Amino acid sequence: MKPSVNEAGAQLSARNFSGFIKKYTMVIALVVVFILFTWLTNGRLMYAQNMSNLLLQNAYVLVMACGMLLCILTGGNIDLSVGATVCLVSAIAAQMMDKLKVGAIPAILICMGIAVLLGVWNGFWIGYVHIPPFICTLAGMFLFRGLGRVILDSKTVPISNKTFLNIFASYINIPGLDTGDSKRVMSALIAGIAVAVILILNTIISRRNKVRKGYKIPTALSAYSKTLIIAALVVFYSWKLSDYKGIPYMMVWVLAVVLLYSFITSRTAFGRYFYAVGGNEKATKLSGIDTKKVYFVAYTSMSILAGLSGLLMAARVGSVNGDSGMSYEMDAIGACFIGGASAYGGSGTVPGVVIGAILLGVINQGMSIYGLDNNWQYVVKGAVLLVAVVFDVVSNRKTGKG
Amino acid sequence: MADNILVMKDITKLFPGVKALDNVNIEVARGEIHALVGENGAGKSTLMNVLSGVHPYGSYSGDIIYEGEVCQFRTLRDSEKKGIVIIHQELALIPELSIGENMFLGNERRGRFSLDWDRTYHDAEQHMRQVGLKDEPATLIKDIGTGKQQLVEIAKALSKNVKLLILDEPTSSLNEEDSQMLLNLLLEFKKQGMTSIMISHKLNEIAFVADRITVIRDGTTVETIDNANRDIDEDRIIRGMVGRELSDRYPRRDPKISDEVGLEVRNWNVYHPIYSDKKVVNDVSFKVHKGEIVGFSGLQGAGRTELAMSIFGNSYGTNISGEILVDGKPVKFNSERDAIEAGIAYVTEDRKGNGLILKDTVADNTVMARLGKVSKRGIINKHKENAFAEEFREKLDIRTPSVQQVVNNLSGGNQQKVLLAKWMFASPDVMILDEPTRGIDVGAKHEIHSIMNDLVEQGKSVIMISSEMSELLGMCDRIYVMNEGNIVAEMDAKDATQEKIMTAILKSSH
Repeated sequence: MKPSVNEAGAQLSARNFSGFIKKYTMVIALVVVFILFTWLTNGRLMYAQNMSNLLLQNAYVLVMACGMLLCILTGGNIDLSVGATVCLVSAIAAQMMDKLKVGAIPAILICMGIAVLLGVWNGFWIGYVHIPPFICTLAGMFLFRGLGRVILDSKTVPISNKTFLNIFASYINIPGLDTGDSKRVMSALIAGIAVAVILILNTIISRRNKVRKGYKIPTALSAYSKTLIIAALVVFYSWKLSDYKGIPYMMVWVLAVVLLYSFITSRTAFGRYFYAVGGNEKATKLSGIDTKKVYFVAYTSMSILAGLSGLLMAARVGSVNGDSGMSYEMDAIGACFIGGASAYGGSGTVPGVVIGAILLGVINQGMSIYGLDNNWQYVVKGAVLLVAVVFDVVSNRKTGKG
Repeated sequence: MADNILVMKDITKLFPGVKALDNVNIEVARGEIHALVGENGAGKSTLMNVLSGVHPYGSYSGDIIYEGEVCQFRTLRDSEKKGIVIIHQELALIPELSIGENMFLGNERRGRFSLDWDRTYHDAEQHMRQVGLKDEPATLIKDIGTGKQQLVEIAKALSKNVKLLILDEPTSSLNEEDSQMLLNLLLEFKKQGMTSIMISHKLNEIAFVADRITVIRDGTTVETIDNANRDIDEDRIIRGMVGRELSDRYPRRDPKISDEVGLEVRNWNVYHPIYSDKKVVNDVSFKVHKGEIVGFSGLQGAGRTELAMSIFGNSYGTNISGEILVDGKPVKFNSERDAIEAGIAYVTEDRKGNGLILKDTVADNTVMARLGKVSKRGIINKHKENAFAEEFREKLDIRTPSVQQVVNNLSGGNQQKVLLAKWMFASPDVMILDEPTRGIDVGAKHEIHSIMNDLVEQGKSVIMISSEMSELLGMCDRIYVMNEGNIVAEMDAKDATQEKIMTAILKSSH
């Protein structure tokens, strides 16, 4: 029996709808969770200060999750050593500035250099000696944490270098614009509106270009509604930020990393290799791609980002101790899997991971504001992670990709 | 009527798109050694999988009558309970476990609370003595040679109270001495009343041990030949195995073979990557002219794939030695990338395992071997990528709704075309095609053959490895025959016949 036109249409829209749900599951989950906690906390989650903190408290997750994505892409491999790397790098930074009175800029450069070395260490063993990443980074976790504690001499070392704090933990403040009588920080609002306008213009221009070259374009409704929603969110968030101290420098760092990694994974040839190795390593090798180098780069980049996170964390907390960065690796790994990276490697995107990190952050923050017992927070986080991964595995099995 | 331990009646088995078995009939008398012969893909292994329950009851039609009753095996265990044990060509032993542990894997000797190790090793030793193995049962599998491993498999079968032993190419990985020992063992068991079915390509071995021989071709039984007097006519078996009509199934081409040699390989030797004392390719030399299709014929395991992959940037094997000349100039490849840069492409036989990234799109896969062609300073130009993918989709008639479709959703034939597109995109001068038409339907086969003709038309060199002899005869200008790592014959396609190729293989087997 042939389906009538109407039936076929209904089937098509049903498929579109389920496709839409599937594509935006985590976004929908994020919206639901956000509304839930706003309600549970009587709107306190939406306070400007809380909105600003949401970003600051999760900056390290966002930064490290980008690097972790590359590792996970290569085949579900993770890096367990990043929390320890955060500790070691921030310990070195703190001691250099506190004891040796090294300036902020040289200290930052030295610390990033050390982060590179730690990454090369992991990357060499994993990529070129074929040590299983789990084991190698587990060893790294003990090694780096131990070294960090040795350097700290089991003490809590404060960070008081003004320049250092300014670079990572202050707020953008433009003289003449933000120091007026108004309580609102105008620079944040202006920047937000500018970004929104650029996003909309970009959509219009790229659509026009595509039409001119005769490429297929998505329907106007879907393209513009997506852009408009994002633009509205940007403006809303910048409105909130302008209500509380303005744009944090930390956001600039996070955005830089997210945009860079998004570009690498989606637009560059080397980014493609991460997906290829995770999808089918043998086929990748036979295509003339240096798979060892792919592993090497994944783990090196991970440590570099962990080092940056260490500096961000040190500046935000204002001190470093032997437990700094404890279990950060779990947050980064969790964000990736919640954000739709495949536990078997080969698929996952930076925007997805960002959504995952924010979702995790909203849950954390919401639960804290709500006043849920810290121990129960772990239970909830664990359940969310499991649900996300089960969802990924089951839905992939259905489409036969598992 | 003879006392038949097993009768398989009108067995028909369909795989998606292929009729693997078509009304196969076979009778095995109690206490005999029954040989099953046929080309690769004739259906021998499928038949044995039906018998042992790997393909469960209901997935085929026809009856299996074993020990006088109709059996409905749903799993391997069902058939093993009745005493039917199959030993596969690929040994199913776990290298890191001991002989004893392997022997009772899944059938463990248990004590009251835990495994009974004393009984495990005692029982293992009993069975090992039966097959003449004198090692300690606690020896790890990886520490004994392949010949002994095969014996362990047989001892394992004995531990299951085997009445009907099925051996799939039992001697393919053994040397002459071990093979002879194994055959003697089979004869010894026969004296004790055991029935065996042996699948083999080696006619001399079959002539030595088999009482009767059944020939299978294209999923049907051709005939059963009596060998009670050990006087079989090898030519008759060969004719039976290959005797299909060679029709006009291949696209025509007027050969324009240049005098220039595209690729030449001299004195090529390759050793096994794990068992580094085992020579997989032995002193092989060959060449391909520009505009020529050269075929490599041989049985599975003859070393053809290993030869091709080792040439392609050492992607297989260790201790590789020999010379490669591209366009008459000696070259050395240290990696796959070097080989690709030198204009060589290797299109794998294993498109899912080694060829494609199934969860990526047609476009991603198409450009993968030469991303540089669609990117500038490391940044991919998506439009260019899509344009190329689109071009190849049209050129090769890849049937997909869009080049953004995930490859896994395409049919086997179309996946194969994507694999070809990937390597044509790399624009090689020498294309090595390994089983390019395996497991795809007739239409797609014809299209791939036409593509090959186009390639040589453009003056490229094509090497085709195929287990389908008619395909080699229909497509190639020249054919090399490989067996056991050696090139055992070279013939002009004009003079070659399936019988000649088969004879070359079988005469060189020992």
